[in-house]
Amino acid sequence: MELNDWILALHLISAVAMIAAVTMFSVMIAALWRTDDPAAVTSFMRLGLVGNVFITVGSIGTIVFGVWLAISLDAYQLWDGWVIAALILWVIVGAVGKQTGDGYRATSEMAAQLVASGSPRSPELAAAMGASRAFWMHCLSTVLIFVILVDMIWKPGA
Amino acid sequence: MIAVLASIRPDSWNFPLFLHVAGAAVFVGAVSVGAVAQLGATKVAEPDRLRRVAFRTLLIVGLPAYIVFRVGAEWIHSKEFPSGVEDPTWVGIGYGISDIGAIVFLISLILAGVAVRKPKGWLTMTSGVLSVILLIGLVVATWAMGAKPT
Repeated sequence: MELNDWILALHLISAVAMIAAVTMFSVMIAALWRTDDPAAVTSFMRLGLVGNVFITVGSIGTIVFGVWLAISLDAYQLWDGWVIAALILWVIVGAVGKQTGDGYRATSEMAAQLVASGSPRSPELAAAMGASRAFWMHCLSTVLIFVILVDMIWKPGA
Repeated sequence: MIAVLASIRPDSWNFPLFLHVAGAAVFVGAVSVGAVAQLGATKVAEPDRLRRVAFRTLLIVGLPAYIVFRVGAEWIHSKEFPSGVEDPTWVGIGYGISDIGAIVFLISLILAGVAVRKPKGWLTMTSGVLSVILLIGLVVATWAMGAKPT
């Protein structure tokens, strides 16, 4: 096995971590859809933390090992159209994902404060756990991540 | 070199490969939910909710994702290694982990389902630990698919 084989494996593991994180976040959103129960939201904090680790490791790993491969392998160049497309999409996913994370982090903090104050129900929480801006950002980032996967596999123009 | 060869493939392999990779990644996500939700269920205010979510995720997301990734695997295997061609080591690793993983997954799924009806701590913990073992196997399988050890 050569170094490039290891880099490809780590790139692939990172991509799987990214999609796995999106799956975890999607499950959390579905399970807590329009819930007004702050205790329910706080129950999922541990799952959210693991999802955050996955998305952080996955996004850093895909870009670092992906760029490394593009430089290292003679078959590809950083300025190949499909590589540039992937890089642009990766930046957009990062920005959109940050919006998603910020939205749900604020909701999580709201839930924690409600639990601490002993409030059993909250309509504001239900609205935040429904079709909020963060939810639509999550939908967009999910679609974009699968578009990146399609780009990586089909390599248009290669 | 292997990475270069692996990157050059006929277009007809792309869709099966997409199904295989996407299915496997979603499966990893579902098993991760199963592991984290069940191992953390005893430490939260609403453990029953986490047990339910773990079971439903394994059943509604994990099981279909496993089927998609195995169908994708068989499909691309039939194209890349037609009958008569001996499988390389990395394919054997993938099949081995996938087959044993299916058994581990089904046991974990059944235990998670029983734990929803009879919320006993050991059922939830066992299902969660099995999910963690399965996750480790899936990481090794992903490494083998990428590094293609011979």
